[in-house]
Amino acid sequence: MRLSDTLQFASGSLRGSPTRTLLMMLAMAIGVAAVVVLTALGEGARRYVVDQFASLGTNLVIVLPGRTETSGVGPGLMSGQTPREITLDDAQALLRSRAIKRFAPLTVGSASLSRGALNREVVVLGSTSELLAVRHMEMAVGRFLPEGDIHDTASVCVLGNQMKRELFGNEQAVGQWVRLGDRRFRVIGVMSSQGESMGMRTDELVIIPVAASHQLFNNSGLFRILIEARNRDSIEQVTRDAESILVERHGGERDVTVITQDAVLQTFDRILGALTMAVGGIAAISLAVAGVLIMNVMLIAVAQRVKEIGLLKALGAPGKQIRQLFFAEAALLSAIGSVAGLALGYAGSFIIGQVYPSLPVSPPWWAVVAATATALGTGILFSVWPARRAAKLDPVAALAGK
Amino acid sequence: MIELQNVCRTFTVGDQEVAALRDIDLSFGAGEYISIMGPSGSGKSTMLNMLGLLDRPSSGTYLLDGGNVTDLNDEQLARVRREKIGFVFQSFHLVPRLTAAQNVELPMILAGIPVEERKERVKVLMRNYGLSDRADHKPDQLSGGQRQRVAIARATVMNPSVLLADEPTGNLDQATGWEVLKLLEGLLEQGITLVLVTHDAEIGARAHRRIHMLDGRILSDEQQAK
Repeated sequence: MRLSDTLQFASGSLRGSPTRTLLMMLAMAIGVAAVVVLTALGEGARRYVVDQFASLGTNLVIVLPGRTETSGVGPGLMSGQTPREITLDDAQALLRSRAIKRFAPLTVGSASLSRGALNREVVVLGSTSELLAVRHMEMAVGRFLPEGDIHDTASVCVLGNQMKRELFGNEQAVGQWVRLGDRRFRVIGVMSSQGESMGMRTDELVIIPVAASHQLFNNSGLFRILIEARNRDSIEQVTRDAESILVERHGGERDVTVITQDAVLQTFDRILGALTMAVGGIAAISLAVAGVLIMNVMLIAVAQRVKEIGLLKALGAPGKQIRQLFFAEAALLSAIGSVAGLALGYAGSFIIGQVYPSLPVSPPWWAVVAATATALGTGILFSVWPARRAAKLDPVAALAGK
Repeated sequence: MIELQNVCRTFTVGDQEVAALRDIDLSFGAGEYISIMGPSGSGKSTMLNMLGLLDRPSSGTYLLDGGNVTDLNDEQLARVRREKIGFVFQSFHLVPRLTAAQNVELPMILAGIPVEERKERVKVLMRNYGLSDRADHKPDQLSGGQRQRVAIARATVMNPSVLLADEPTGNLDQATGWEVLKLLEGLLEQGITLVLVTHDAEIGARAHRRIHMLDGRILSDEQQAK
């Protein structure tokens, strides 16, 4: 018997009992749709969290002074030493590593910002032009800190969005002068509003060149160095390089800590990935239930079509062929049911996406493949028994309808 | 071409052994017209199933065209049925969801014959049996006589050497019954061996060779002088 004939015959007998066929397909479709929608939701949640982290800057490695692992009273404290600070030259030395794409040194201080009679305390960030790219920040108006020598102490500043509104209202800020502590700074740009990141409200910041901040606060150390690795794979390399360069410059003493954002991100990624799998697995149970239903209905179909099976045998169909016909029926049923389920699932995901626009809901490919495969697999697996039963019918008894 | 040697068939009913066929020795040549008669329970249906390879003898040997078919496996048996044996049943056994033409096509589908050839052979047969205008009708839209003609077309579409008919006129009125019988007898001219099981003496008498059965044994085997 030809494959096309087998499929045609099977689809003919499916059409022969439309209600039964539709109900079985519905069961299959609901199972597949459940897997698709639930994994889409799980995956959406995972992507949402990952995206949130990525918006802080991708491939970020952070260097901070001191060993954070050390707890209690260390030998340094006993002998009156404090952790050696990280200097601008230390930061610049990092560029020796080829895995490092760019870095931004960071100082943090607090000073009073004033323009005319308006005055308030602000957090002052000292950095370089690279900060914009490293932290994925955006300008609203004007320019960010000028590129060039890291030791340049130009008296320019960039205002956070809220600072600009508080000091200038609707006036033009770029080109104006403000007073920061005991120095005057010219406003060269305003950040666009970007909410909170890394525990600081960027909208309430003032950013000045890092060398200028050292002068302003009369110090020379760095609070952090933000490093961007060339790509995700080189993060580890960057971590090792940064540590070895700084240890070397600090006379062999490991007094810096290097942390990666990736480690945190991966943990979240793993947790939410596992959650998605679990939810998908639960949904897959409904597919197994659909499989049992298929088996049940197929057994009824065999019983109802005993005479037809007897006739096929009399006409010269071996047991194998009868089995294949029932397999083909189950396969067709599961295949059409899966396609309907996928359509239903994608439609459902789309609607959820419309209702919660911030959630990037889209079914992961592996879930789609797994759902379809499970549907086809259970459909065929659960038809093994009915098909065998049909194939083993005694033709004489079957023709007599017994 | 058909030879049964010492064929027995016993069924187990409960804890009792019931013999449906006892020591049957029988042989047919090609192109014979045989009727098997006897009261119900005489074993004539079992005999027909045995001849049609739907049933296996409990003991004894069945030779078909010189080959022993007693030991064939399921697949080989199906192949012999497909190629050498045609069945016509009392209750027609048409597949209700298929049209007349599709019912006739069915054995060729099972045999894996290409579509074009199938369509051609179906067309010829439907014309020969006067069913051309009924080709696309479902069985329940056909009269009893038409249904049996479709069934005969289906039984002959693979050009079998033996046609086994089990009470082919049993569900038909007399006029239609004769019509169907004539159709079957017409196949003899093509060299087919026709085996007719009936309890109707008048129909049975038409066969050239008449076998009477009782209690699983052959009571008489008369050859009619032509």
